[in-house]
Amino acid sequence: MSKVQVTTSINGEEMEFLCEPQQTLLEVLRETLSRTGTKEGCATGDCGACSVLVDDRLVCACLMLGVEAEGHEITTIEGIATDDGLHPLQQKFLEHAALQCGICTPGLIVAAKSLLEKHPDPDETTIRYWLAGNLCRCTGYDKIIRAVQDAAKELAHPA
Amino acid sequence: MAEAVDYKVIGTSPIRPDGVDKVTGRAQYGADLNLPNMIYGRVLRSPHAHARIKRIDTSRAEAMKGVYSVVSGKDFPEAEHGEIGGEGGGDISDLAKNIMARDKVLYHGHPVAAVAARSQRVAEEALAAIEVEYEVLTPVLDLDTAMASDAPLVDENCYTKNLPEKPDKPSNIAAVMQLGRGDVDQGFEQADVIVEGEYRIPAAHQGYIEPHACIANTNESGQSTVWCCTQGHFEFRAMTAKVLNMNVADLKFVASEIGGGFGGKTVVYLEPVAVLLSRKAHRPVKMMMTREEVFRATGPASGTHIKVKVGARKDGTITAATAWMAYEAGAFAGAPMGPGAMSVFAPYDLENFKVEAFDVLVNKPKVAAYRAPGAPQSMHAMECALDELARKLGMDPIDLRLKNAADEGTQAPYGPKFPAIGLKACLNAAKNHPNYTKPLPEGAGRGIAVGFWFNVGMQSSAEVHINENGTVTVVEGNPDIGGSRASMCLMAAETLGVPYEQVRAIIGDTESTGFSNVTGGSRTTFATGMAVVRACEDIIAQCRARAAATWGVDEDQVLWEDGQATPAPGVNADVKPLSLADIAANAAKTGGPLLGRASLNAQGAGASFSVNIADVQVDRETGKVDVLGFTAIQDAGRAIHKAYVEGQMQGGAAQGLGWALNEEYIYDANGVMQNAGFLDYRIPVASDLPMIDCEIVEVPNPSHPYGVRGVGETPIVAPLAATANAVRDAVGIRIHDLPLSPPRIVAAIDAAGS
Ligand code: FES
Ligand code: FES
Repeated sequence: MSKVQVTTSINGEEMEFLCEPQQTLLEVLRETLSRTGTKEGCATGDCGACSVLVDDRLVCACLMLGVEAEGHEITTIEGIATDDGLHPLQQKFLEHAALQCGICTPGLIVAAKSLLEKHPDPDETTIRYWLAGNLCRCTGYDKIIRAVQDAAKELAHPA
Repeated sequence: MAEAVDYKVIGTSPIRPDGVDKVTGRAQYGADLNLPNMIYGRVLRSPHAHARIKRIDTSRAEAMKGVYSVVSGKDFPEAEHGEIGGEGGGDISDLAKNIMARDKVLYHGHPVAAVAARSQRVAEEALAAIEVEYEVLTPVLDLDTAMASDAPLVDENCYTKNLPEKPDKPSNIAAVMQLGRGDVDQGFEQADVIVEGEYRIPAAHQGYIEPHACIANTNESGQSTVWCCTQGHFEFRAMTAKVLNMNVADLKFVASEIGGGFGGKTVVYLEPVAVLLSRKAHRPVKMMMTREEVFRATGPASGTHIKVKVGARKDGTITAATAWMAYEAGAFAGAPMGPGAMSVFAPYDLENFKVEAFDVLVNKPKVAAYRAPGAPQSMHAMECALDELARKLGMDPIDLRLKNAADEGTQAPYGPKFPAIGLKACLNAAKNHPNYTKPLPEGAGRGIAVGFWFNVGMQSSAEVHINENGTVTVVEGNPDIGGSRASMCLMAAETLGVPYEQVRAIIGDTESTGFSNVTGGSRTTFATGMAVVRACEDIIAQCRARAAATWGVDEDQVLWEDGQATPAPGVNADVKPLSLADIAANAAKTGGPLLGRASLNAQGAGASFSVNIADVQVDRETGKVDVLGFTAIQDAGRAIHKAYVEGQMQGGAAQGLGWALNEEYIYDANGVMQNAGFLDYRIPVASDLPMIDCEIVEVPNPSHPYGVRGVGETPIVAPLAATANAVRDAVGIRIHDLPLSPPRIVAAIDAAGS
C-alpha cells in the first residue's frame, strides 16, 4: 500500500513522515520516529500508557491514525521537560515515589498535565476520575494522586 | 532489639537513581529497542483449547515476499524431561512445549508456529497463510470436571505424583501433597464451635502493563544476544539454552527496564522462538505480544477450589483445622499448591491440622507465579473461616488471631521453628490503629485478615567499583522492578558511610556480572542487598589495608568511620583521615583500582506477616462495592527505602482488591477466554480506590545485615479475605466465591431475601 506524507509538529518541532494509512499514531511515534517514551500497554484504548496531547486534547495515540496528525501539534512525554529542567509533575512523581516499574508513568504525566491545565486546583476525586483511563498495576495510585496534588500546588505557587 | 540502631540513610526515601529517565520517556523497556536490519516476529496460536495437530503446512507463508523465516514445533529440539530451578522453573519438556506446541495444543492461544517478516503486518499476513489441520478434542475446563474419574485427559501420560504407588491409570491430577500434625479428629472433638466453608476463586492475571517483548540477534556461529523484559535474565538464559539445546555461553541476555512482572515475567515465552527465527533469518528479530496474547497465553494465577474446617474452644483456642485445596495448573503441571498448602495455616500455632492439596491439569494457559503464588487463595479460605469463627464465638477477629498467633519459637506448619517474626506486632498495630476503631458510616462493613509469605534467599552476586573520584558504582544482576536500585544504593551508602548521592547502581547483563536468581520471591532487597553489603565490606577491608600501607601501620590499627579511614585510638601516627575519594585518587600507587565483590546463596529469608483492614460500602440494589478505606500493616523487617516499601504494600493491596472484587478469567464452553482485554478484564483504576494507609512494622530479620525480610509478595495475600470479610460485615451474608462482583452480590442478596 502506498504511504501517505504527513506534516505535523511533535513537541514543538516541525516534522514530516511517511506512514501507511492504517498505522496508528502510536506506531508512527514508536517505530517510525523512535519516540519510544510513549508506551503501548494494550493498543485498544484501555490503558492510557500511550497518552499524548493533540493540540490541547488528551488522546490515546493507539486510537488515532498517523495520518490524522496532519496539521496538528502533538505533545509526548519527551516534550514535557523544558530548558529549565523537569516539569513539576515529573519532579513530584520522583519525590513521591509515584512510579515503581515506570511503564505507566509517561502516560500518567501527560494525562496529569492535561488535567492541571484544565483544573489547576483539582480535588482528590477530580484527579482520580481524570486519571481513571491510565492504568497502573504497581502503585495502587496512592502516591500518584499525592504527586499530582503536590505538583498542582507547586504550579500555583512556584517555590 | 535493633530498633535503637541509628542509620544515616536507611529508612529514608530519596529519589531513585533511574528516576529521571523514567519520567522523561528515555528509559528503554522491552519493546523500546530497535536494531538496524531488524525484522518482526509473530506467533500463530491455536484456535482450539484442546486438539491434536494433524498437519502444519508453512510453505505458502515461507514463499511470501518479505517473510524471512518460519518455525513450528518440528524446528525445536526434542525436549528432554528434567527440572529447571527457580521461580519460573519446572519441567523443561513442559516449558518447551508451552513455548511451541508439538503434537497437541492444550489451550486456546497455545503457539503452533511463528514467522519473522519485514513488518508486523506482513508477519500477520504470513500467519494467515499457514495451514494447520486439527482434530478437535473435548476441553477440560474446570476443577470438578478435571478431577472426575472419567474426565477426558489433558495429558495421556500424566500419572499422579507423590502417591504411595504409581497409579495404574493416567489422570488430570498431576500431583498431590499432604501436610499435617497431631490428630485432627481428636482436635475437633475438643472444639466447642466448628466452622466449615468452601471457597472458589477464578484465575486472575498479574496484569503488568508492559506486554512481553524481546529482540534476538543470532549470528552465523549460533551465538545469540537477547534483549528482553524479564524478572531474571540469567534464568531466561538458562531456560532458553535448555529449550534450544544450546550452550549457555553462546547466549547473552540483556535485561531491559521492566514494566511490571509480579511473577509473570519469570518464565520464557517469546525468547527461544525469537532466537530460532533470527538464526534462520540471519537478522535481529523483534517480538512483542499484544495485550490479547498476554491474557490468552501467559501465566495467570491458579483458579482454586478450597475447603476449610476449623474448630475452637469457647476461649478462641483453635483445636483443629483441615484444608482441602485444588489448584488449576493450566495445561502443564506446576500449580503452586505446595506454597498454598504450606501457607494456609502458617500464621497460627496449631496442634492438630491436616492439609490435602492437588495440582490439576485443565485446558487453560500454564499458570505462572503471581505475587506470593498460592497463598492468596488458600489464606483467603482460612481467613474467611476465622471471621465466621470470631462471629460465632462473639470475639473480636483480631483477638481471635492473637489468641492463636505464631510467634518466635512456634513450629511453622511447614516445618521449621519461626525465628523472630512480626505477626503479633502487626496484630497489635492493627488493634491500636485509629482506622480499626473509628466509627463506620451507616450500612458500611469492616473486615480484617492476616497475610503471610515465606520469602526466599537464593543466589546473588554484586560488585562495587570505586571510581577515581570516590563515587561508587554498584553492579548487580536483578532487574529493577520497583525501585531496587535505590535500595541497593542506600545499603551501599550506609555500609560505606558515604552520601546516597555518591552511589549509583546498574543492572549488569549476563556477561558483565555474576549470576543472580530472578527478581522474585521478595528476595532482591534481602539477598542481592546482602551481596551488595558484603561487597562494600570487601571495599572497606581494602581501604583499611591501603590506608595502613600509606601510614605504615598495621591494618588492625585502621578504623573505617563515616566513610573514611581513621587511625585507631592510641595509634601513634600523625595522619589525616583518608576518605574514599582520597584513597581512590591514590589507588594506582597503593595497588590499583578498588573493586569489591561478593556472591552468595542467601540463607535465612525472614517470613513477612501482614494485617489488612478494609472498609466497604455495598449498594444493595446494584451490588457495587465501594472501598471506603484500606489499611495495610506489614512487617518489613527493616524498610530500606520507606516509600518503595509502602509502594509494595499499596500496590499489592490494589491487586488484591481487584482480585476480590472484579478480576476473573471468563471462559466459554469451548475454553475461549471471553474477556482478554483491559476493557473486560477490569483491573482497578484510580477512581475505584481510596488512599491506602500503610503502617510499616519493623521486627528485624536476624539473618540480614540491616534486618531486611523482603516485602514484595505478602501485600497481595490479605486483601482478598479482608475485603470479603468487610462485605460480609456490610451485607450480613457470607459470599464464599470471588470475585465479589455486582451480579454475584445481587444474586446472594436476592437468594438470602427470598
Ligand atoms: S496503548 Fe493506547 S490505551 Fe493502551
Ligand atoms: S508503576 Fe508500574 S504500572 Fe504504574
